[in-house]
Amino acid sequence: MNGDYLELTDVGVSFDGFVAVDGVSMTVLQGDLRFLIGPNGAGKTTLVDAITGLVPATGSATFGATELLGKKVHKIARLGIGRTFQTASVFEELSVLQNLDIAAGAGRGPLTMLRRRTSVPEEVEQVLEVIGLEDLRDRQAGVLAHGQKQWLEIGMLIVQNARVLLLDEPVAGMSAHEREETGLLLRRIGAERTVVVVEHDMDFMRSFATSVTVLHAGKVLSEGTVAQVQADPRVQEVYLGRAAEGVA
Amino acid sequence: MTMELDKADETGTAVARTPPKRKLNKEWATAFGFIALAVALLVLAPAVLSDFRLSLLGRFVCYAIVAVGIGLAWGRGGMLTLGQGVFFGLGAYAMAMHLKLADAGADGVPDFMKLYGSGQVPGWWEPFRSPVFTVIAIVAVPALVAFGLGAAVFRRRVRGAYFAILSQALAAAFAILLIGQQASIGGTNGLNGFRSFFGFNLYDPVNKRMLFYIAASVLLVMVLVVWQLYRSRYGELLVAVRDQEERVRFLGYDPANVKIVAYVVAAAMAGIAGALFVPIVGIISPASVGVVPSIAFLIGVAIGGRSTLFGPVVGAIAVAWAQTSLSEAFPSFWTYFQGAMFVLVVAFLPKGFASVGAFRKRKEAKA
Ligand SMILES: Nc1ncnc2c1ncn2[C@@H]1O[C@H](COP(=O)(O)OP(=O)(O)O)[C@@H](O)[C@H]1O
Ligand SMILES: [Mg+2]
Repeated sequence: MNGDYLELTDVGVSFDGFVAVDGVSMTVLQGDLRFLIGPNGAGKTTLVDAITGLVPATGSATFGATELLGKKVHKIARLGIGRTFQTASVFEELSVLQNLDIAAGAGRGPLTMLRRRTSVPEEVEQVLEVIGLEDLRDRQAGVLAHGQKQWLEIGMLIVQNARVLLLDEPVAGMSAHEREETGLLLRRIGAERTVVVVEHDMDFMRSFATSVTVLHAGKVLSEGTVAQVQADPRVQEVYLGRAAEGVA
Repeated sequence: MTMELDKADETGTAVARTPPKRKLNKEWATAFGFIALAVALLVLAPAVLSDFRLSLLGRFVCYAIVAVGIGLAWGRGGMLTLGQGVFFGLGAYAMAMHLKLADAGADGVPDFMKLYGSGQVPGWWEPFRSPVFTVIAIVAVPALVAFGLGAAVFRRRVRGAYFAILSQALAAAFAILLIGQQASIGGTNGLNGFRSFFGFNLYDPVNKRMLFYIAASVLLVMVLVVWQLYRSRYGELLVAVRDQEERVRFLGYDPANVKIVAYVVAAAMAGIAGALFVPIVGIISPASVGVVPSIAFLIGVAIGGRSTLFGPVVGAIAVAWAQTSLSEAFPSFWTYFQGAMFVLVVAFLPKGFASVGAFRKRKEAKA
């Protein structure tokens, strides 16, 4: 739709002197399916936290022409930045439909809020189909399978109208089949959005990434296509080698 | 309900796509419960209870109004409001001040002020001569205090036990403040000896019965208000904030605002309850607004089922009733009984007695 992109310039986060994210710069274009990989503790989650306002950060993170750093969490969300968490966090006591309806409603006025939901909003109906949960719409979110919860979360980002999707390990704990489904889902929705996927799973990355950024000790170690990154000796040394040994 | 849903899945998608049936059943059950409550309060109770007992029930109904608000703020909103006595007290004292002034006549001075005070009505009492001002103040003062408090506290992300302790400390401070004001607000004795209520003689049994009807009707209206809130999108959002406050933030909402609304509504309800309590019971004193009554408000809600519509009402009335009958028979025993009951419910039935049915259903569904 528009050509807005996510641009990080020299983003840094430190916790009491410990530098978790150290001068990270990167640009993610619309339609790109960017994978952010790196060993445990590399700072991937912290970087997502910084962009979404959860932890204070230095440097700059812009989407379109708007600076994100320094804004409150809910304001950043309203600017079109959406995220998921390492552990699925849906509203367990509410139904799939209610979860999506809430995600779609941050802009609603008080009068709409005080009335009942009488029909399913158009965008919610569409997303139910996209994430394949049409038939489970009235199911309590808490009883969904793990994979379904993650899809619901992705659906919530879509109805929330997120232009940037930051997904923190969306396929962790999923079966091979669920991973495949998730990858295809990301491809479908990624065409007109900016998607960053934090991931450990190398096979998943090889199948679906259009570009990769490798983070190590808070710094960008390498960036490029899957092939380029895999061929990078530094990456092999710190990450892929260890991943093969099962450390990551 | 869970059972029905599972069955629906086995037969394919058709039933799952038409949930309104399930919802309608639930709506009907709630409507039926509401009618039963209305009949019990407005028809049955006045028919079978003596004037004395009916007046007693009127007092419990006031507690139940507070309980409805606590159900909203705590049951649905997750705010453990241990200080509702403050809002109850604000409403009650506003009403009591008006009644004292009205009894004293135009430009008159309430009796206790002649006794303990300078014999002059303090300036801040004067507006309460107006019935209209008083009625507005009964709702607005607790609501405004709750708004200010909520804005300060929820925006700073104070919650859980910290919020509970803070609200309780407030109730303690409020009671101490009142006790210190012997001359202007009756101190420990509080305000009492009201003779009339907006022109109606309070010694007339017919008027006392009327007060019961007013309180019962207000309770029913409050239940309707909360019912609408629970069914609304706001109600769904409030549950979401209760369960995953941070997650809601990332959807673009400010959870503080969501919580403030529930907290303010609960405070207004407590204020209205306090105002009705005054003519029904005939006295308001710091003992009715401090820490102990604030906790007592909560116990009925916990026992009845805090996140249900009727649980808080039934729980509040049942606990107050049990307290009155048991403490008449065994005065020192009640406190222990109340404590034990609270512990048992919190430990074994965290959602109150109302959850017994739901729990059974869940077990069946899982099996
Ligand atoms: N709130 C925090 N306080 C202190 N240290 C933290 C905090 N959050 C993360 N860290 C540290 O920052 C580093 C990066 O963590 P994280 O971003 O979670 O890594 P990743 O997601 O790449 O596995 C880790 O060493 C972690 O211990
Ligand atoms: Mg992480």
